[in-house]
Amino acid sequence: MASDKKNAAVRKTLSDTNLLLTITIVVFFVMYIGAIVFQGKGFLKPQTFFNILNANAPLIISACGMSLVMITGGIDISVGGVTALVTMCCAVYLDFHQGNVFVSLLIALGIGLGFGLVQGFLVAYLEIQPFIVTLAGMFFARGMTTIVNTYPFNVENSQFVALKDTRILIPGMGSYNKAGVYVDAYIEIGVIVALLIVVLMFCMLRWSKPGRNFYAVGGNSQSALMLGINVKRTRFLSHLICGLLAGICGFVYFLHVGSGAVSHASGMEMNAIASSIIGGTMLTGGVGNIIGTFFGVLSLSTIQIIVSSAGLEEAWWTGITVAAMLCLFLVVQSVVMARKKRAVQ
Amino acid sequence: MPMKEKSVLEMKNIHKSFPGVKALQGVDFNLCEGEIHALMGENGAGKSTLIKVLTGVYEKDEGQIWLKGKEKAVSIRSPQDAQRLGISTVYQEITLCPNLSVAENMYIGRTGGFGQNWKKMNADADRILRSLDIPARANQQLSSCSIAIQQMVAIARAVDMDCKVLILDEPTSSLDEQEVAKLFGLMRDLRARGVGIIFVTHFLDQVYEVCDKITVLRDGKLVGEYEIKDLPRVQLVSRMLGKELDDMTEIRSESLVYHEKDADTAVFEAKGLQSTAGIKPFDFYIKKGEVNGFTGLLGSGRSECVRAIFGADRVIGGTVKKSGKTVKITKPIHAMKNGIAYLPEDRKVDGIVGDLSVRENIILALQVLKGFFRPFTRAEANKFAEEYIKLLEIKTASADTPIKSLSGGNQQKVILARWLLANPEYLILDEPTRGIDVGTKIEIQKLVLKLASEGMSVTFISSETDEMLRTCSRLVVMRDRKVVGELSGEDLTQNKIMNTIAGGEEESCRS
Amino acid sequence: MQIIKKITKQQIFIPIAALLILAVFNLIVDPSFYEITFSSNSAGDLVLSGNVISILDYGSELAILAIGMTLVTAACGGQDISVGAAVAISGSVVLRVLCGGNSRPETMQAPIIVAFLVSCVVAMLFGAFNGVLVAYFKIQPMVATLILFTAGRSIAAWINNNELPIISDPSFTYFGGFIPGIPIPTPFFIAMICIVLAILALRFTNLGLYTQAVGINESSSRLNGLNPAFIKFLTFVILGLCVAVVGLIKVSRLSSINYSVIAKDIEMDAILAVALGGNALSGGKFNLGASILGAYVIQFLTTTLYKVKVQSDALPAYKAVVVILLVVMSAPVVRQWLAGLGRKLRKPAKEVA
Repeated sequence: MASDKKNAAVRKTLSDTNLLLTITIVVFFVMYIGAIVFQGKGFLKPQTFFNILNANAPLIISACGMSLVMITGGIDISVGGVTALVTMCCAVYLDFHQGNVFVSLLIALGIGLGFGLVQGFLVAYLEIQPFIVTLAGMFFARGMTTIVNTYPFNVENSQFVALKDTRILIPGMGSYNKAGVYVDAYIEIGVIVALLIVVLMFCMLRWSKPGRNFYAVGGNSQSALMLGINVKRTRFLSHLICGLLAGICGFVYFLHVGSGAVSHASGMEMNAIASSIIGGTMLTGGVGNIIGTFFGVLSLSTIQIIVSSAGLEEAWWTGITVAAMLCLFLVVQSVVMARKKRAVQ
Repeated sequence: MPMKEKSVLEMKNIHKSFPGVKALQGVDFNLCEGEIHALMGENGAGKSTLIKVLTGVYEKDEGQIWLKGKEKAVSIRSPQDAQRLGISTVYQEITLCPNLSVAENMYIGRTGGFGQNWKKMNADADRILRSLDIPARANQQLSSCSIAIQQMVAIARAVDMDCKVLILDEPTSSLDEQEVAKLFGLMRDLRARGVGIIFVTHFLDQVYEVCDKITVLRDGKLVGEYEIKDLPRVQLVSRMLGKELDDMTEIRSESLVYHEKDADTAVFEAKGLQSTAGIKPFDFYIKKGEVNGFTGLLGSGRSECVRAIFGADRVIGGTVKKSGKTVKITKPIHAMKNGIAYLPEDRKVDGIVGDLSVRENIILALQVLKGFFRPFTRAEANKFAEEYIKLLEIKTASADTPIKSLSGGNQQKVILARWLLANPEYLILDEPTRGIDVGTKIEIQKLVLKLASEGMSVTFISSETDEMLRTCSRLVVMRDRKVVGELSGEDLTQNKIMNTIAGGEEESCRS
Repeated sequence: MQIIKKITKQQIFIPIAALLILAVFNLIVDPSFYEITFSSNSAGDLVLSGNVISILDYGSELAILAIGMTLVTAACGGQDISVGAAVAISGSVVLRVLCGGNSRPETMQAPIIVAFLVSCVVAMLFGAFNGVLVAYFKIQPMVATLILFTAGRSIAAWINNNELPIISDPSFTYFGGFIPGIPIPTPFFIAMICIVLAILALRFTNLGLYTQAVGINESSSRLNGLNPAFIKFLTFVILGLCVAVVGLIKVSRLSSINYSVIAKDIEMDAILAVALGGNALSGGKFNLGASILGAYVIQFLTTTLYKVKVQSDALPAYKAVVVILLVVMSAPVVRQWLAGLGRKLRKPAKEVA
């Protein structure tokens, strides 16, 4: 009899990560269906969905980096600034110095890596609060963008424009436009990059030993140390990868908008944090899932579209919506986790 | 140097000093295959230092550590070194990651390589869990297991790392009886497999339930190693406290004895008080001008009792009466307003406000009582500070010195001054004499008796029974988080106290 | 040697040293930096102008914010990064009350004092929102305030229906400009009033003692009868009050508002002021005077950067470097390393002697 009781105590419970992931996916589908019901048939067209992807590929990439840092127990609010800096540097290089696209990609990666290295070192090895470090990083990046070039401009480099306008058609998903002409559905190159990164990051976090170390350090860094994990190196790596992804994000953003500007990607750090949290990453670290982050970005952009097509066109509604969503999910998270904790006890 | 045949671990003549403290002085320790060996000692006896030397947290100053199968004495410089040599530790607070699965917690950080083969890892983990009869599944998240099972998972990790020496550092302090039984089952199982287990605990019952041998430390020195059957409980307690049963004489002087007047009603009275800190409900009273104490070994719940009275832990049951009237105490401020003062056990964490000056630390409690909008003037604050610095002979450069730069004894005096300034009716002193020099200890005891003669009620808690006997007229005895007796008058002797603390003597002798 | 040690140990030494360095730098590069002239402003009054005056003018806003930021830092061990957005909100509220429904009113629809009080209440409410998240939901201060940081400017725009109200009444410009007949900019006087109020608050209440005690040792504070959560909450509300004052000055300067530019990057300056004042960003003991002096030094730095032709949008890059240098120098790891290095250097020196 006693052993029966024991087995009952070992009943299957969803892990924290999976529980929050489930919530996220459900929220996204409810939202999307809601959009279809209330906003009309526009949302039924596959292209509407693909447009969400096209517009948010950069956000997906930077949110992946953000999730990684948050899983490890830190935060990085410099991603938006780095993105802007990358767009400007690449734009200046391509147009003023007649550079080629491949080198501009290298520049983007270099900038990202540079930020990752410095911030990672300061956070992991000098043990300075990640928030202060990356806040300074954010201001530094925005300031540097101005120093590189103050005024926004469109890039006219032909090689680049060709790449920017490359569309990958998806057969069978097209639709008829208002004039009755069949238009193929398409996605941009950035989306491929973003999806590739989602898959890579997911596999890394799920099926590699270094990947699992991020979770261990975020869950309890003291314990992780006792379990024989190099905590400092793990923290450093998380910021390094996040910086690198911010660089890639910058390039993809650049590819999408085709211009360099100081004001690019303003508020992206907030969107990335919000997407991660909506996607089930905990601010306290140790819990999170890249697939969740992906759906977090989709949920966030869907609600933004709903808000703006509900007649609240002004741009300032977006900021309020994101903040409200974040607030809501923070509360939901704390309530769900508290309940779960009580259930175990 | 050859090792004894069955030994897995021998520590010889271990010395370790910290600035101002000789934590270990020539301690020997010997652990055999397939034995559960209790390491006993009161606060400051050096057992945690010994464990830390063994696990590589501290480096020893002198001495040798021999392990079975090693030609030479080994040097252990880090916890990783210790693990590699087959010495694993399971700490009181779980040092696993609650957000990972059981299997991951058993394998993470141990092997190189890049890929994580979940299937194989889960299968391996399940096999070990089954073989140790631990009721957990490999793919379960660790935080969904009870504390006891988490502890067992930590043990399973240690076992799978092929440990020869397993150190259990107070593993049972947050477990209930059933969970303890489970843990003991696992320990016996490991003993049968030839693992040597070092068991550190404050619970005497548990020592006599599972252990084969006992090593007792006191004041950084080895008192002795005993077979469990050769050392009855009372003897163990007397070894730990350092008092021989036979030649203990009465040290209380008659003049200091508190004479209870029947007419007096209790100043404070608690009924069925219970807090979240895990003590059994208890009753308690104290009269005007009385000094009483809570005694019991470390971890027996004596601090938790007074914390409940002061409202420092969340109270979940029972009532407190002040002079016969029920008062509501749920927060420290309520207790303070009712004239209770509490000097906490952990001076550093709960007592001092490190960066603030001695003056600010002294006036803090009275200031809070006085209110947010009525701060003391600089002159008033200085007057209070100077008065108490003089009265308690606090050695400080000035009242402006940050308290953290004072010595332990002087810090304690500042905290004492803080509460005396608040002029309480009832003063609770939890280990006021810990970690301070002998002179100050005696000063504090004298002060307690003086305060009581002036009509203050005092509860005095100390690990040193001497001090309690000298100051208290009534002792509440605790064991395993329960009040097990109350001694006063003629019964206040070392012998009687030890017997009550030990409890269940005959039972354990028979078994 | 002893005297030098004693001086450098003083907390106020850091901002004073920074001030001296900047002052000497300007003296060498261009002594005309310190020129002060009398000129008539747009209202036709004779007023003082010059770099020093503008430092006093704009530094005052920062000094007011630094008061609140210092308290929040001391009690919570974190900073509020939403102050810029909150300034936008409170400024927007002032304009909204003054304008009523019309965005270009001929006369003000309410007395300025009423508008100011309403904006105080609103700013304190937003401070309370941050405070609740930090004190009761135990979210790190910077993450909690990130919410308002993002949404704040949008809320500010929403309050005025995204219109740009303009107040034409000249008396409204007094707060950010000059009161007729007084040649010194008003924000300086407002800052002095706030500083005096803060000093009075520290002297006649236990605000200082309580916030420091909570910031240094929360557990001990609780056992001494304090309510740590409430005190943290309180510091955010006080910061809200400071924000309202700055909001009034800011909108008074323009007689209007630009939601995305008003008080831009001011959170960085305010945090920098606290750090430059030698206060630990991880909380605990604080020195308000040093923070306030720090605020003026930051403005000195800003003005100096302007003088050497740095664009305003590029300023944050330079300040970020200063912040990083400051936190790196005060990081415990670095301190330990430096101390070890110092000992190593001293040892050989002794052997030689």
